[in-house]
Amino acid sequence: MRGLFSTVPPVTVMTSENPAPASDTPRLQMRGISKSFGGVAALRDVDFTLRAGEIHGLVGENGAGKSTMMKIIAGVHTGYEGRMLIDGREVHFRSARDALAAGIGMVHQELSIMPDLTVAENVYLGKQPVNAAGLVDWPAMTTGARAQLKSLGIDVDPKTRMGDLPIGLQQLIELARVLFSGARIIILDEPTSALSPPEVQLLFDVLKGVRASGRSIVFISHFLDDILSISDTVTVFRNGRLVVTHGVEGIDKGWLIDKMIGAGHEDLEESYLGNIALASKPDAPVVLAAEGLTYGRAYADISFEAKAGEILGIYGFMGCGQIELARTLFGKLRPDRGGLSIAGRRRRLRNTTQAREAGIAFVPENRRSMLFYEQPVYKNVSISILARISRLWLRPEKEREIARRHVESLHIRPPRADVALGALSGGNQQKVALAKWLTHRPKVLVLSEPTRGMDVGAKDDVVKIVRALADEGLAVVVVSAEPETVLSLADRVLVMKKGRIVHEFANETISKDRLLAAA
Amino acid sequence: MTLQQSNAAAMPRTGVFLRSQMRNIAPFATLILLIVFFSFASPSFATIDNAANILTQISVAGIMAVGLTFVILCGEIDLSVASVANATGIVVAFFTMQEAYVNIANVPLPGWLAIVLALASCLALGLVNAVGTTVVGIPSFIMTLAMMQIGAGICALLVRGQIAYAVPDLVNTLGAGRIYGFPTIGLVLIAFLVVGHVTLRYTRFGRYIFMVGGNREAAEYSGVNVKVVLGAALVICAVCSGVAGMLGVAHFGSAQQNEFDGYLLDAIAAVVVGGTSLFGGRGGIGNTIVGLCVLGVLNNGLDHIQIDSFLKILIRGLILLAALIVNVYVQNIRTVERAQGG
Ligand SMILES: Nc1ncnc2c1ncn2[C@@H]1O[C@H](COP(=O)(O)OP(=O)(O)OP(=O)(O)O)[C@@H](O)[C@H]1O
Ligand SMILES: [Mg+2]
Repeated sequence: MRGLFSTVPPVTVMTSENPAPASDTPRLQMRGISKSFGGVAALRDVDFTLRAGEIHGLVGENGAGKSTMMKIIAGVHTGYEGRMLIDGREVHFRSARDALAAGIGMVHQELSIMPDLTVAENVYLGKQPVNAAGLVDWPAMTTGARAQLKSLGIDVDPKTRMGDLPIGLQQLIELARVLFSGARIIILDEPTSALSPPEVQLLFDVLKGVRASGRSIVFISHFLDDILSISDTVTVFRNGRLVVTHGVEGIDKGWLIDKMIGAGHEDLEESYLGNIALASKPDAPVVLAAEGLTYGRAYADISFEAKAGEILGIYGFMGCGQIELARTLFGKLRPDRGGLSIAGRRRRLRNTTQAREAGIAFVPENRRSMLFYEQPVYKNVSISILARISRLWLRPEKEREIARRHVESLHIRPPRADVALGALSGGNQQKVALAKWLTHRPKVLVLSEPTRGMDVGAKDDVVKIVRALADEGLAVVVVSAEPETVLSLADRVLVMKKGRIVHEFANETISKDRLLAAA
Repeated sequence: MTLQQSNAAAMPRTGVFLRSQMRNIAPFATLILLIVFFSFASPSFATIDNAANILTQISVAGIMAVGLTFVILCGEIDLSVASVANATGIVVAFFTMQEAYVNIANVPLPGWLAIVLALASCLALGLVNAVGTTVVGIPSFIMTLAMMQIGAGICALLVRGQIAYAVPDLVNTLGAGRIYGFPTIGLVLIAFLVVGHVTLRYTRFGRYIFMVGGNREAAEYSGVNVKVVLGAALVICAVCSGVAGMLGVAHFGSAQQNEFDGYLLDAIAAVVVGGTSLFGGRGGIGNTIVGLCVLGVLNNGLDHIQIDSFLKILIRGLILLAALIVNVYVQNIRTVERAQGG
């Protein structure tokens, strides 16, 4: 251990231990890759090439096989058909450790940070610097971590416990870990899903630095604008196959969507570009009213009303307190001051059960905290309505039937209620999280980042579902740091900044620029 | 719980299937091996009488293990089972008329009242565990460690180093009686196992136990009252222990301090050897039954082959260690698979 890891890894991104090879040999070649899970093909005969010093955008619908392909490269999936070549030499990894040793670093779609370790320990996970005595060199770790994070624009005490940080920060720190690991091939699976625009910009600047040093990056995202602005090359996956790889010049969003899902998408692409006219409903009855809510240092003096049939968007950059606000509405956090009324009645929510019984439903931004990965889909769907369909005895047939209905109406793939949830792709898991609350209509639906990790088609599905729910008279509160999400859903928008509501957009025309300017 | 997993994947390949069923296969294979081994090693082992013997021998630990299964499925632990059992057994004797030579300041009451008071005391101890863990927020490991001491204290105060013998008739019948030659305490165990299994697998509460153990945060975000579920599991566990304690006192024929000390390990071992995950969410009464049988067969079989009684202790320790290794190993497979999903 000591001999191997006795030096502190390089702090700046510009250091290039591995300059691009002079020849034209691609950095990475995947030849004829096929992979199936229990008889269901996830990848079929895919050829994928990654050149040195390029940023390679990867797009495709939920379940298209993007993550699966990348996990093969990163040594997570070891059983597959086909060949893998790095710098022209054939390799076959037996573990993620092998891949790491070969210079491949991956940020997974589901965060894999250690919540109970400090920030510094997370940054140096598996490669702690050691001092002359062979012990972990804490000062070097702390200063190293601080410097690395600073270059990503993150100002956080490296001794903070990771789990205490907001999810966006966690995502940035995990990114830092891989970016500074010295890997030659860096795979980022939906790295910006929890980031707000300024952080995305920062990340892109860092990625460009990494590219300049001759390293290669695979960038998976459902934000096609991001893909087009940062990538040199774009690859589209569809249904387990590679549809096309193309230089980024001369292609646009419409072209990409066309390749991703085929024809019939005209209504999708333009939905949240340009200006949106907000259709607020000032006369609708108030279902949820917050008065002067204050919670620790997270937010203060928040008052608003959510109305029946209206979708209220709460927009703010990551860490502005909107996440905590959403948890408060569902009784998970108890406010220090202020109160809530639901349908005119003053309520003191002491726990989530009381919130559910008061008619509030909540989908948190982090799927892990909403779903049971080893349980079948139907148990995931039924858990929140179990009290209604069974007094004492379970009724599994009823549960399955309800789940099958949702699986069908939400187009969940694979279309079965008894597969283990963990076998679904990220976007499909998100749909299951939503399905939990759709059987018995709540009065108020609070959604935190409802379309995170969803492809354009699925996002559109969610927008339609949520709109339909609002049309039925539900009050919907959508909390998000993604302007697109708020713009595509909301009838009225509150903007939060540093824990306070600073602006309200109602009955006017609004655009992404105006929204960002207000935040 | 584990059955759903098998039909989860569309067409599980045999290897994957076997690995996913490791939690159930390993304890069962151990049991079969032990039975085969002892049957060959000793002619007196594989007899009907001896089977009834084994059932009787595992009964006290078994009734505790039923309650403990609930707690461990939630991902918590109860270290006070043996102590609560002991205290409850002593309470029931304390309120029963003892022979004149028994020198304790007991308070003779009608049998039914003594039983009610005993049940109330184990319920109360369970409630203290529940409140300490869920409302105050003390980790169950520490909370029940304290309760272990409190239970011992109650025992000490009530009997003051003496031994009591008499228990109410009903307790005596259930703990030491026989029906058609069959030990009633074994029947009580079977009843507890059946009720425990049905509760866990077919009721809403049982589902909540598994879901809370599988992902506590997700259960909370689904509107499940996690604290109530955890608290209920701890109370159920204490009541099971209390019943085991009362019947145990009848079964052994005496009530005294530290009488049940060995049963803490037995009860935990039965649950864990059976393959219920120490991390919660996986396993069940079926696993506990197998675990109990492994322990019972092992203890009983070692008696049949005249082995050094000190070696016996070591062998039990080694079997427990092996079970823990399998338990944690299976957990790792599951974690890796989860990391691969999504
Ligand atoms: N561990 C697994 N077990 C079984 N099936 C799996 C597993 N992981 C992925 N799959 C299946 O493989 C297919 C491809 O999934 P993958 O996660 O690669 O999709 P993706 O393109 O990353 O989608 P998303 O944009 O939603 O993240 C899906 O149909 C998924 O259900
Ligand atoms: Mg993915």
